[in-house]
Amino acid sequence: MSEAPASRRQAILGNTYRAVRTILVNPAALAGLLIVVVLVLAAVFAPWLAMGQTPLRPDLANRLAAPSSLHWFGTDELGRDIYARTLFGARVTLTIVALVSVVVVPIGLAVGTVAGYFGGWIDTVLMRITDIFLAFPKLILALAFAAALGPGIENAVIAIALTAWPAYARIARSETMTIARSDFIQATVLQGASTWRILFRHIVPLCLSSVIVRLTLDMAGIILTAAGLGFLGLGAQPPTAEWGAMVSAGRDVILDQWWVATIPGLAIFIVSLGFNLLGDGLRDVFDPKST
Amino acid sequence: MSSTGTIGQVGRRHYLTSIARSVISFLFSLIITFIGLTAVTFLISKMTNIDPVLALVGDKATKEVYDLAYKALGLDQPIWVQYGIYLKRLLSADFGVSVLTGQPVLTDLIRVFPATFELATIATVIGVLLGVPAGVIAGACKGRWPDHVIRVVGLFGYSVPVFWLGLVGLFFFYGKLGWVSGTGRLDVFYNGVVTTRTGIILIDSALEGNWEIFANAFGHLILPASILAYYSLAYIARMTRSFMIDQLSQEYIIAARIKGNSYWGAVWRHAFPNIMVPLITVIGLSYASLLEGSVLAETVFAWPGLGLYITRAMFNSDMNAVLGGTIVVGTVFIGVNLISDLLYRVFDPRLRTS
Repeated sequence: MSEAPASRRQAILGNTYRAVRTILVNPAALAGLLIVVVLVLAAVFAPWLAMGQTPLRPDLANRLAAPSSLHWFGTDELGRDIYARTLFGARVTLTIVALVSVVVVPIGLAVGTVAGYFGGWIDTVLMRITDIFLAFPKLILALAFAAALGPGIENAVIAIALTAWPAYARIARSETMTIARSDFIQATVLQGASTWRILFRHIVPLCLSSVIVRLTLDMAGIILTAAGLGFLGLGAQPPTAEWGAMVSAGRDVILDQWWVATIPGLAIFIVSLGFNLLGDGLRDVFDPKST
Repeated sequence: MSSTGTIGQVGRRHYLTSIARSVISFLFSLIITFIGLTAVTFLISKMTNIDPVLALVGDKATKEVYDLAYKALGLDQPIWVQYGIYLKRLLSADFGVSVLTGQPVLTDLIRVFPATFELATIATVIGVLLGVPAGVIAGACKGRWPDHVIRVVGLFGYSVPVFWLGLVGLFFFYGKLGWVSGTGRLDVFYNGVVTTRTGIILIDSALEGNWEIFANAFGHLILPASILAYYSLAYIARMTRSFMIDQLSQEYIIAARIKGNSYWGAVWRHAFPNIMVPLITVIGLSYASLLEGSVLAETVFAWPGLGLYITRAMFNSDMNAVLGGTIVVGTVFIGVNLISDLLYRVFDPRLRTS
């Protein structure tokens, strides 16, 4: 067994094995991974896991009922089952997280790699713009956007994405600046590869691991901002089951019916904690020097 | 002696030029970022489907009045001219009139700011007093149980939604235990008893010697301030820990230990002074984010500050107030960020001696 891999496949498998092993021996990261897996399963199988309850059907005779064998987490102010609503809320949360990632990562990568690869005035201009967005107060700006565009999931996603991309541009830029100076890029240039081919085929894939680690660490922040917008009434609109909005609905009855606000809040907390734990673990794998 | 004097003078001149350069780059960043911020708020005001003319003249206005107001607002001009008009108004501190309160937005903002300032300041003080020692201890005990405990406490702080923690806090400490007062800044019957001097009730009541109100205000303040302090604690402790680990791995620590310092003596007397400079930036960042991030806490605790003002304005489609608030918060945020960056450069001893 030599240290150097003999083929590309062996290198990939070896790296994957090492990454998985590092995650599995780290109990915190493993717990984070489990929470995220449970979140995804809950979102996918929500209708089956809801045990015959539905998230939207009101039952006014049974409003604000305490947790029982029928309603595991009790019912809310319209008599809807909180257990089912919490399960279906996982779908909303995952949707927001996925949409924000899909918007933020390409923008960040594009700005960062272009700035880092070309340098000069392009770099200066792009990084100035990035710095401007980085210096913005995130929640307030997201609020102003959501207020101007009208409440709703799509606008919440746009608002969060607009304040989240600069961090990725910074990371992609610093990675690109290191990669662009390495010999294999020079070799590719000599072979006649076009600039865009170098950027997309050689630089972007190498930036991805740092970007993914950062994204995992950011997930908690994204979830908390989305829930905050939902709490203020600017996220998913009723009757959609969204965790932040559910906490908000339980506000007025917190002193008497604690479960209405407490349980969706716990869901937000556990899921953010899961992403934070997983992100810390991934960072240990991909970037051992920063711990 | 004379030679050291010259070196000292050269070092001093170098120090002053580097400070001057820092101040210039500080002002440049401030201007650029401010232009960016106003450009974004301007675009937001263009995106909204609230007609600014109708907001001004009302929906019973005739076509002529409408057109006149349309022209007067400069809406017939190209967009960059409109942005120029907008910027000029902002620079003369004219944010327009709030539809909700009928007062100039600036007057409103000056009225509500002290409440946010009071909350954020007390929260930051608590956060620093607990977070810095926690971070130092975690860094000095890296990998052992104090480090793990502090790490978990910090991680919880990064993960828990502030509006939920506020509600649960109200449920326990107000509803169940009765240790603190409920929402708002004062009990209803204390409102307006103390004359407003600074707008910060703790200071105003102390100035009048009205300790009953002081105690009442403190009872209202302590829960939201502690909850916000938790977030600043989590961040400050994490950063302090990593600065500390960085310093403790340096050779001068070994030298200090060889000279007979105890481990904790080396930590506090030798390593800690060296992390104070980067800590200024961290504390500044955390303070700035509390000034803007208390929107949710203010909503939960019905705390009549900037955040609650902006949120209320938003629900009443009062775009002048929303955007004015955004600009003020944004400017404070950018200002505190840049000032802490400036302080960092001013206090960094390496700039003085090199």
